[in-house]
Amino acid sequence: MTETELLTWVRGPGFQIATIIFVLGIMLRLFEILMLGRKANLAEAKGSEMSSGLRTVFSRTIPDASTFKRSAFTVTAGYIFHIGLFVVIFLFAPHILLFKDIIGFGWPALPSTVIDATAVITIITLVIVLVHRLRDPVKRFLSNFDDYLGWFVTILPLITGYIAFHRIGMSAPSLIAIHILSVELLMVVFPFTKLMHMFTLILARWYNGAISGYRGVQS
Amino acid sequence: MSASFEKGYNALKEQVDSTVAAFFSSCVHCGMCADACLFYTETGAPERTPIHKTEPLRRVWKQEYTLLGRIGKLFGIGEKVTDEMMEQWETLVYDSCTLCGRCTMICPVGNDIAGMIRKTREGMAAAGHAPPGLIGATKRAITIGSPMGVKLPALQAQIAHVEKDSGMKIPLDVEGADYMLLLSSMEIMNFPEFIDAVAKIFKHANVSWTISSEAFEATNSGIQIGASDIAAELVQRIVDAAAKLKVKNVISPECGHAYMAIRWDGPNLIGKSYDFKVVHILELLDDLRQQGRLKINGRLKERLTYHDPCQIARRGGVIDEPRNLIGMFADNFVEMPETGKMNWCCGAGGGVSSNERADEIRLQVFQRKKDQLDAIHVDGIISACSNCRIHLEDGLEEYHMEIPLLSLTETLAENLEES
Repeated sequence: MTETELLTWVRGPGFQIATIIFVLGIMLRLFEILMLGRKANLAEAKGSEMSSGLRTVFSRTIPDASTFKRSAFTVTAGYIFHIGLFVVIFLFAPHILLFKDIIGFGWPALPSTVIDATAVITIITLVIVLVHRLRDPVKRFLSNFDDYLGWFVTILPLITGYIAFHRIGMSAPSLIAIHILSVELLMVVFPFTKLMHMFTLILARWYNGAISGYRGVQS
Repeated sequence: MSASFEKGYNALKEQVDSTVAAFFSSCVHCGMCADACLFYTETGAPERTPIHKTEPLRRVWKQEYTLLGRIGKLFGIGEKVTDEMMEQWETLVYDSCTLCGRCTMICPVGNDIAGMIRKTREGMAAAGHAPPGLIGATKRAITIGSPMGVKLPALQAQIAHVEKDSGMKIPLDVEGADYMLLLSSMEIMNFPEFIDAVAKIFKHANVSWTISSEAFEATNSGIQIGASDIAAELVQRIVDAAAKLKVKNVISPECGHAYMAIRWDGPNLIGKSYDFKVVHILELLDDLRQQGRLKINGRLKERLTYHDPCQIARRGGVIDEPRNLIGMFADNFVEMPETGKMNWCCGAGGGVSSNERADEIRLQVFQRKKDQLDAIHVDGIISACSNCRIHLEDGLEEYHMEIPLLSLTETLAENLEES
């Protein structure tokens, strides 16, 4: 397989396979959750489930002051790499072109130097987050294979993307092919790891807010 | 109550619903729930991280309700729940958790971790891995009618005392009364002043009320140990008594989990909405305040604070009412740092106080409450749960702090205008 053939495969059939697993996997996981249903609450309500649930979906993004103080590192590092991932994935011009190809419309991009700097910050933060996970007694205790796999498939596209952008070591088509392959790995693994929280946290937060809101407490 | 691993496993299976599945799917092992839990912050033991306590339930969810887990089970791989594992989890699920729900409030992905631990207890109890103290209390609740073994003659004796001392009549089994008052065993045995206080306030505000001789116990060991069938039976006794006396409202007394049991869990346990309303005593008193039916005589100058019982405030929704009431008679009220829905548990709720094995740890984690109190220097702590009150007194004694504990209802009664 030449590097052009490799690039053609990862852009074509490879990407299609990864997309199918990604989309069907997410649908399957969401179906698995929702099909279980939950019993109607027979106690007389003191507040609204719906509005409290919706509020919590958003409000849980920001911790209260005392919680922030207690978990300052986790919250700060979490913000940095989540925002970093969003910027790098969705505001880089070549990525937007790809999205435009798939969904038919695009949006303004950030200058590539900004993306480049964001990628470096995100990679460094993810490395620090891993070190913290290995050293912090609670995080180390809780962590399992899923946590490390999720970390690995998340940082890999950042690193391969950074190398491809700077054309380090290999020719451009090979570097791009490797980058896309790493993204495909992420997409295939995504639905079956904790990365699913990207979607399920909307449900979880809604349920949390609804359970509290029903009893008249805003969670 | 014959228990077996199989029953425990099936009970866990029954607990899984879409909320549980969404919660487990969302956990990223960030560890923030540890920082919200006094059993972790005051001991530093990572295994006491709230989400870890739900591990038996998580494994059942994964193996029974996810495709990957089921495939894994088919090939004999994946983490299984075993009887030994559940035995190992017993002290985490019962001794190191008061179901206070502070973790639920801070989880960044929104997991109701306390709710999941509550569900885990259903499996633990069915498998026979519950603390002997709680099993004993639950058995007494079913056979005698009270977890502390308080029978009707004991209540009648206390009522006779109150009537003699106060000259008021305590209405027993009055058909058609507006309100039927429930009491916790702790109130009957340790704080009969509560009965006196309620009688005084109700006389003052002209409230029609009664106590049922057939269902006066408000507490529900079934929801603490995690045995829904027993919990349902205890709720049904109250429902039957309310129907028999044809009352429109049932009052939950100053007890945290009793309110959870009768107000929020009750109808779901018996599978039927009530024909009456359930109000917490503080909700009713605040209602009387709003109607202008409470006249206060003089105000307290002492510096006072309020300890929110978890099941009444964070898990129950009664947060503003006590503050409105305290505002009626206290000139110098001060909040603890982190209060209301974010208050720290006293350390003895959720069955911990009925579990002698947890005596040491409940006093150790009281350090959290001590730190809160050290920050505000008060002359008195008001609360609305006799279990919190007993444990706060215990904790204050252990840490050589001399702060009086006050019941909100009793303090209000003492400051009413004579009628």
